[in-house]
Amino acid sequence: MSDTAWTPDQPIVSIKDVHKSFGDLEVLKGVSLDVKKGEVICIIGPSGSGKSTLIRCVNALNDIQSGSIKVEGLEVNTPNLNKLELRKKVGMVFQQYNLFPHKTALENVMMAPMLVLKQPQEEVEKKARALVKKVRLEGKENNYPGELSGGQQQRVAIARSLAMNPDVMLFDEVTAALDPETVKEVLTTIKDLAADGMTCILVTHEMGFAREIADHIYFTDRGVIVEHGPPSTFFKSAKDPRTREFLSQIL
Amino acid sequence: MEAFQEFFRELAQTYPKWNFIYLYDPAQTERVLTGLWTTIKLSVVCVALSVVIGIIGAWLQGSPIKWLRLLVQGYIQFFRNTPPLVQLLFFYFALGQFTPTYAPDGWVEVPIISNVGWAILSLSFFAGAFNVEIFRSGIEAVPDSTKEAADALGMNRLQIYRYVVLPLAFRVSLPSLNNNLVNLVKTTTQAIVIAVPELLYQLVSIYNDYSTAQNACMVLMFLVYIVLVGILVMGMNKWERNMRIPGYGQN
Repeated sequence: MSDTAWTPDQPIVSIKDVHKSFGDLEVLKGVSLDVKKGEVICIIGPSGSGKSTLIRCVNALNDIQSGSIKVEGLEVNTPNLNKLELRKKVGMVFQQYNLFPHKTALENVMMAPMLVLKQPQEEVEKKARALVKKVRLEGKENNYPGELSGGQQQRVAIARSLAMNPDVMLFDEVTAALDPETVKEVLTTIKDLAADGMTCILVTHEMGFAREIADHIYFTDRGVIVEHGPPSTFFKSAKDPRTREFLSQIL
Repeated sequence: MEAFQEFFRELAQTYPKWNFIYLYDPAQTERVLTGLWTTIKLSVVCVALSVVIGIIGAWLQGSPIKWLRLLVQGYIQFFRNTPPLVQLLFFYFALGQFTPTYAPDGWVEVPIISNVGWAILSLSFFAGAFNVEIFRSGIEAVPDSTKEAADALGMNRLQIYRYVVLPLAFRVSLPSLNNNLVNLVKTTTQAIVIAVPELLYQLVSIYNDYSTAQNACMVLMFLVYIVLVGILVMGMNKWERNMRIPGYGQN
């Protein structure tokens, strides 16, 4: 296998000609993109364009019909995929936070490292407290998700993913369910992460944020990448009419 | 104590319709107490067994093996669509004839499953059929997205079931379980038809022997079941409160 051959100078995530269908509906029609280590990329596009599906495929939450997705050289599109190995490399944050409602914020963060990585409780708790602090939720450790605002819950979800020490973080429209005031606190947390050198793939509708944080922006429509480029050129001089139309509606 | 007994003995003489015989005749007191004790034992054993049956059944219903699911479905249909009274009669008088017998004293052949045994089996499976459905609805109430988040963190299926699905499903199930167990305790009275010496059986026997005690026995019947079921409901409600998660499932 080529797993061992991966070196940090190669793309950390490499997506090649990915096709994905739900029944008769083809949602990804040959998507390719590379993400370098430490890079932040944003995928934007209208609803139903396949952007969420794409990042879910990276994490093997959805399987693909053809093509290749490699994370640090680990091929995702194979029947004998070691899911655990993949999940250790890739963290994911969802639109609806999906915290465990019967666990406190701290317990949510501690659960996976203890159960999956079998790390000792003391060590996990120390790390979890540091992570809660990092997402600026000090003092909320013992609150249940139901007692936290949407933005706070989403930051717990980020801390929960980080506790597994991933190399790549996937963010699936993580601010879409939040009210405008709390959007900012979540975006700040992601910005901190990016500044620390975390590789991030974001699906987002926050254009201002994408422009500010992204190294590279991809615009998808109807299952294909229509246009991509660094934010400086992408927003100023989009060439494709579909991209221009989308941007004119959003900005 | 003497005066107390004397009071009720005189009451019975003055008002023959109110013969509280079990309050002054030690032999009758004994019958009431053993009946009560049998009812309590029968209830506790059936409640425990029916909950175990419910959990196992709900687990089997989620099995990938089709005939296992069909088996559980058949079991539920059989026990839910027939009256418990008919089940008790059927189990004891029909099935009871075909069970092996043994002779403890070397003379009299005794079936290996006594009438109490059949009452326990029949009532537990009766309430268990409802418990399977109750637990299944609880399991189905856990959102897929919550399980997906656990999956994305690298937890395996067993861990997801044990640490995420079951704790949440159980909380959802508790109110319905509460109802069903109350019904079960009340249904234990029907074991009278196969001569299980529980409370109803003993009280009916008393007023068959002493017809003036009928009203007094009826009063006691109601009182005992109100108190017995009351204790169960109080316990279950307290349990429900203890299991409640702040900010979850209250809106």
